[in-house]
Amino acid sequence: MATINLDQLTKSYGPDEVLHHISGDINDSEFVVIVGPSGCGKSTLLRMIAGLETVTSGEISIGGKIVNEIEPADRDIAMVFQNYALYPHMSVRENMAYGLKIRKTPKDEITRRVNEAADILEIREYLDRKPRQLSGGQRQRVAMGRAIVRDPQVFLFDEPLSNLDAKLRVQMRLEIRKLQKRLGVTSIYVTHDQVEAMTLGDRLMVLNAGYVEQFDTPIELYERPASMFVAGFIGSPAMNFLTATGGDGLVILDNGTALPTRLSTSGPVIAGIRPEHLIAEPEGVLPVRVEMLEQLGANTLVHGVLDGSDIPIVASVTGIQSLPVNDVVRFTPGPDALHLFDANTERRLS
Amino acid sequence: MLKRVHFPTSVLPYLLVAPQILVTLIFFIWPASQAMYQSMRIEDAFGLSTEFVWFENFQILAEDKQYFETFWRTIIFSACVAFISMSVALFLAGFADRVVRGAMAYRTMLIWPYAVAPVLAGALWVFMFNPTLGIFPYLLEFVGYDWNHYLNGHQAMLLVILAAAWKQVAYNFLFYLAAMQSIPKSVIEASAIDGAGPVRRFRTIILPLVSPTTFFLLVINAVYAFFDTFGIIHAVTQGGPAGATTILVYKVYNDGFVGLDLGGSAAQSVILMILVISMTVIQFRYVEKKVDY
Ligand SMILES: Nc1ncnc2c1ncn2[C@@H]1O[C@H](COP(=O)(O)OP(=O)(O)OP(=O)(O)O)[C@@H](O)[C@H]1O
Ligand SMILES: [Mg+2]
Repeated sequence: MATINLDQLTKSYGPDEVLHHISGDINDSEFVVIVGPSGCGKSTLLRMIAGLETVTSGEISIGGKIVNEIEPADRDIAMVFQNYALYPHMSVRENMAYGLKIRKTPKDEITRRVNEAADILEIREYLDRKPRQLSGGQRQRVAMGRAIVRDPQVFLFDEPLSNLDAKLRVQMRLEIRKLQKRLGVTSIYVTHDQVEAMTLGDRLMVLNAGYVEQFDTPIELYERPASMFVAGFIGSPAMNFLTATGGDGLVILDNGTALPTRLSTSGPVIAGIRPEHLIAEPEGVLPVRVEMLEQLGANTLVHGVLDGSDIPIVASVTGIQSLPVNDVVRFTPGPDALHLFDANTERRLS
Repeated sequence: MLKRVHFPTSVLPYLLVAPQILVTLIFFIWPASQAMYQSMRIEDAFGLSTEFVWFENFQILAEDKQYFETFWRTIIFSACVAFISMSVALFLAGFADRVVRGAMAYRTMLIWPYAVAPVLAGALWVFMFNPTLGIFPYLLEFVGYDWNHYLNGHQAMLLVILAAAWKQVAYNFLFYLAAMQSIPKSVIEASAIDGAGPVRRFRTIILPLVSPTTFFLLVINAVYAFFDTFGIIHAVTQGGPAGATTILVYKVYNDGFVGLDLGGSAAQSVILMILVISMTVIQFRYVEKKVDY
């Protein structure tokens, strides 16, 4: 088990810098999820930690030792790839034993560990099959098995669930979580799925275009997003953003509505309100002209615009609601529901 | 009710396939049948009369010790050519697969020899190994080795093997490179993370995964060494010295056009024809099916 420290990590491909001064400390046994939109550099960062990509500048340490120049084989890590990367010509058993054989583990020890891992992952009956004779979910388990038999210091996952169907994904997500807690191995998990990130991670590193936007617990990301990007990325449906002008203990929206806040600000600000924090009230301060309803069963999404403007607003109300389209419904933000961001830097004002 | 579609009979389809059939008839079927017919005739020493003798020519071959020696020599020659050209190609492809910078330039240069005509390739090797003028005999002299493939049969054999293998390396290289590049990169990376060094990765991952290509190339190279090396041998050694580099195809030519034993030569070419047909059958039957892994 080990800590991982990233210090001012930068990666360039030729003249293009794709990762900019990434820093962060990952604790022993912690499960950290790197999350961000496609192309933001998640895989690149993970592959640098694995040793599959060179480091342009900065330092990576695993267990307190700088590993920049150390081969992947000698970093004591295991990685689960998006396409599983199983060895197609080897049986499941051979796939799992491969790394142990190379490390000259005694034969009976290999057998014991492979069987143990197979039991944990419930793939005992497939041990003699070739990867092509397995379903996607079974292959995924084998890839996991290959990682856990090695008993490494660090697990690295690069979108291991993205090739599975939605139901299996939820199931495997829980299993990965349980397994990681049980084994206590420091893990880094890459995904672009924010639900996966929120449910799996002890902490989330939100990446955007090669920058770390925020590195914190899921609850903190949800309650106190550090930037408009994080606020918009975490939570579904995404947060509503309204341009406003700061004032003393209130902000004034462009349509003249004043919303109370504990902060005193001035100049142009962006007010963010999550859809689920908008409460429908007859005397609510936000008049919303309904354009469309999305019935999800447990709740209803109300899509509309702020009356008298074309600023889109989404509200999530519980239960099945049928509101007439084109009617005006009034909403009020719940207590502490208002997030304020600087209109220029897009960073949180707190 | 079964519906039948009737097309009006027309000469057009026949016209369209006619050129292909004509080419096949003139250049393949007719010579082949001529060879078969010829293989059952014996000509007298002055070429004045011929006699139809059924399988006597084959009988003579079956009892000819020299023919069996040639057969054996051909097998050794082919095995060496296939082994050398395939292992060199595998080695080069293994490295070219890892090259990142200037990969195109390397590949282009490695493919060039394939475009060289066999006789020219032979001429090249003749010049390089000419006992009096060549650069290699000159260099070998420094280490005290006397090179003269005009006199030494083993050296002559070695030379034609090298020349023939060199020519085929490019072809094998292309196939091996393509096979290696179709291995997912993540599989190689996974084995690197599992602790395998470059040599072990090559041996335990890459080699087994290109085995279908190896099997395919084995057949192709055997066919090449058996039948397509005439030009090289003719340019380098003319089958000599003392028949040391005479392989089956060369013997067909030598017996027929130099020795003027048309019947015997035709019988040999019929045997070669049967060989190439069976190799082609092997290729289609087994290579098309993927080697199981
Ligand atoms: N070999 C390369 N050469 C040049 N640019 C590259 C290379 N590999 C990745 N990039 C660039 O680096 C950026 C980050 O790529 P990366 O694969 O890390 O994205 P990602 O966050 O994993 O995206 P996804 O969610 O789609 O997998 C991208 O803009 C990509 O174009
Ligand atoms: Mg990726």
